[in-house]
Amino acid sequence: MEKTAKVSRPFMDDLKHTAFLWRRSRLTMIGSVIIVIFLLIAAFAPLIAPYDPIEQNLSIKLQSPSWQHLFGTDQFGRDIFSRVISGSRTALWIIFLVSVISGSIGIIIGVTAGYFGGIVDEVLMRITDMFLAFPSLVLAMAFAAMLGPNLTNTIIAISIVSWTTYARLSRAEAIKVKSQPYIEAIKAAGGGNLRIMFLHVLPMCISPVLVQLTLRMGTIILTAASLGFLGLGVQPPTPEWGAMVSDGRNFLIDQWWISTFPGIFIAFVVLGFNLLGDGIRDMLDPRLRR
Amino acid sequence: MPDTLIKIENLKTYFPVKKSIFSKKLFVRAVDDVTMEIPRGSTFAVVGESGSGKTTLARSVLRLIEPTSGKIFFDGSEILKLKGKDLLDVRRKMQIVFQDPYNSLHPRKLIKNIIGEGMKIHFKITESEIKDKISAVLKEVGLRDEHMFRYPHEFSGGQRQRIAFARAIVLKPKFIVLDEPTSALDVSVQAMVLKMLKDIRSQEGLTYMFITHNLSLVDYIADRVAVMYVGEVVEMGEKNTVFNHPSHPYTDLLMASNPIPDPKFQREKRLLKGEIPSSINPPSGCRFHNRCPHADQKCASQAPELSEHKPGHFVRCHYPL
Amino acid sequence: MELRGKLLDVSGLKVSFYTYRGVIKALDGVELWMDSGERLGVVGETGCGKSVTSLAVMRLIEQPGEIQAGKVIFNGKSLLELSEEEMNGVRGIEMSMIFQEPRSSLNPVMKVGYQIGEAIAKSKKMPIKKTYPEVREILKLVGLDPERVMNSYPHELSGGMSQRVMIGMGLATHPKLLIADEPTSALDVTIQAQILELLDELARKMGNAVMLITHDMGVVAEFCDKVMVMYAGNSVEYASTFELFERPLHPYTGGLLLAVPRVGRTDELKAIKGTVPDLVDPPSGCRFHPRCPRVMEICKENRPPLLQVEPGHFVACYLYGNKGEVKENA
Repeated sequence: MEKTAKVSRPFMDDLKHTAFLWRRSRLTMIGSVIIVIFLLIAAFAPLIAPYDPIEQNLSIKLQSPSWQHLFGTDQFGRDIFSRVISGSRTALWIIFLVSVISGSIGIIIGVTAGYFGGIVDEVLMRITDMFLAFPSLVLAMAFAAMLGPNLTNTIIAISIVSWTTYARLSRAEAIKVKSQPYIEAIKAAGGGNLRIMFLHVLPMCISPVLVQLTLRMGTIILTAASLGFLGLGVQPPTPEWGAMVSDGRNFLIDQWWISTFPGIFIAFVVLGFNLLGDGIRDMLDPRLRR
Repeated sequence: MPDTLIKIENLKTYFPVKKSIFSKKLFVRAVDDVTMEIPRGSTFAVVGESGSGKTTLARSVLRLIEPTSGKIFFDGSEILKLKGKDLLDVRRKMQIVFQDPYNSLHPRKLIKNIIGEGMKIHFKITESEIKDKISAVLKEVGLRDEHMFRYPHEFSGGQRQRIAFARAIVLKPKFIVLDEPTSALDVSVQAMVLKMLKDIRSQEGLTYMFITHNLSLVDYIADRVAVMYVGEVVEMGEKNTVFNHPSHPYTDLLMASNPIPDPKFQREKRLLKGEIPSSINPPSGCRFHNRCPHADQKCASQAPELSEHKPGHFVRCHYPL
Repeated sequence: MELRGKLLDVSGLKVSFYTYRGVIKALDGVELWMDSGERLGVVGETGCGKSVTSLAVMRLIEQPGEIQAGKVIFNGKSLLELSEEEMNGVRGIEMSMIFQEPRSSLNPVMKVGYQIGEAIAKSKKMPIKKTYPEVREILKLVGLDPERVMNSYPHELSGGMSQRVMIGMGLATHPKLLIADEPTSALDVTIQAQILELLDELARKMGNAVMLITHDMGVVAEFCDKVMVMYAGNSVEYASTFELFERPLHPYTGGLLLAVPRVGRTDELKAIKGTVPDLVDPPSGCRFHPRCPRVMEICKENRPPLLQVEPGHFVACYLYGNKGEVKENA
């Protein structure tokens, strides 16, 4: 009887190659570094922030950056550095929940549409089209205004406008997967539609959706910041970068630090996600994977 | 006829072709009125080229594609109207092995789950009992216990086909459709897999429907053979009879086109001219008439019926050879 | 050194592919030779290197592959030493190639007539439109109706018709050698017979040699005069078709022939034990030794050279002695 061929462990080889490609692209590395810093700041925020981000102290209001207050203080005497640091937690929380919620909604709708085809597909795709027809920020604003501005509703609003991409993506994968012999095999073995959809088709759709999620994380922060800036998002005194930029609008000329520092952080984190996302997408492109 | 396990009666599987809403509805007549009987415990080969309908037939028998009309009897009961638990029960008894070893096993699942899932669907059975059965079936196909903890990509083409076969037999079916199971394998690997198929068939008392385009394989493994052309069965009978005395001109030319791996074997070159016609708009009368060296007016206008030319030997031709 | 083949002589050809998995030593000193007008079958299973050999001869090996060593003498020219420009004058003109999937080898957005015209225009250095009368002749030659096919796109043709177009393109410049890499593997049996017949007829008419790469022993038996058997990047046996099937000398060839099914064969098929080796880490010495039923110690240490053991019959195997003498009980 035939001896087993040497186990080649393609997963490990693949991982090694991925690490190699990652190291080769300077921009991707920069992006990764930025994101890692962001994650560390968010994780250790209470330890890094020297002051309570919410505590007001009107006697030290509107102070310019100094060694006691690295980013200065705002009109309520709050330490901006601490607020920016704490704001990273808010940002991370938003990214995480929006990704999970919109990813889940998107995959379920996409897989159902792709797997069943026909009328189910038509209906679900037209619903998706409806959501896609509106510019996402406008739609998010509408939802936020409708539901009322706070952190939870910001998350819901952004999730509602984000799921459509993942639905389209998973539908495409599902259509590819459903005609494969390994799906026919489980049908022949007696597998029902639900079993096949969730245990066999869905797992194959997760990778491309995960990649998209990473690519979209920068956009999520921007949307949250925009909503915050417009007053439709997280409400004071919770530190959120967009809201902080908005807070400093009236003081932009003389006390520039109130808006600028949160703005810089938004820019860097979005840049980090974009660079990382581009890198991931390039790494996964089979033609570039030599 | 000996004990029949599968009886297919006037089976038709048509696929609609989407054209504009203004034009007439067209159909791909993939399986166009096929009737055949498969004796229990035998290997029944279905041979044909592209467009013959053999692949669609294989899937229609298992209801992986729902036939358009006709009847299929499995062990006496008609299966096309079955639903729910009855259908599930029949599914367990009819399994399939596919042509493509690289896409017939779920890439993200362990072998143990690929083979074991069927059992979870059909039996109330504990994890350890499942493991035992998987162990036994892996041994039967020439693999080892530890293989159940691996992923498909860790195996060669030949090994994957054996795993696919293990998946099929673990449910203790009565009937297995083998759809070109060795076409994608190297010659020496093919030999191994074919031997395994033959051995296990006798050991377990299985019945096979073996789909292929390769006549040499038919000779090696089959008891009876049906030759298909553009959706119809044109000849059917005992393998030796069909091979030694082909009665349909298509069968004859098919055999003449089959290259023989023996340079000593000289024969006059007889070629089948022309292209295989479309299944959407097959030729009038006998579908083979425009390529047949013996065709005449009758063949062009009147479609011949499949008739029992000699006992157990069926031909669809006005002038059988 | 005297050339074995007057039209094509390949010796010591080594090709490796540099991938992240490691270096795939695809060809390990391949030897191959042909005379004018000859039909050589190159057979072997997956990974034996038969396609890579043909690509190397045409100098179509690209990154991450590299020709490391070897000599390819074609029609008196040493191909591996030519400049790219000089090679362009040989490729597609004196030596052509056709592939397995004809519809992938044709440009899907160009009409067929134009593509054949391109092939001719390149060698005759004339504008493509002027080649059309000749294109029509070629289409007729390959059994196609010029009116129907000239203005068709590749996807409008069947597999058999596309392959005829490819053959037409390949022979349009009257090359001395046509390399056909599994030209009929993707075609139905009856169409395969038509295409092989066409290749035969045209080779007779135009006098070109044909290198037919295939895994199908039946096709080899019916079409080829000589056969080169390859295994894991080496040439292991060469003989006339007749000799090879009658008296296969290399254990691999013998094993292969015992595994091939055939209408009318009554004995059981025999498989070769083991599997094709991984070319990143191939077996030492003779690459077939782990699977060989007659392996000896020396087989594990050195790779046996391809030597003439009987007139016109070459084997790379220590069973036949080191200097080409036929051993008693081999």
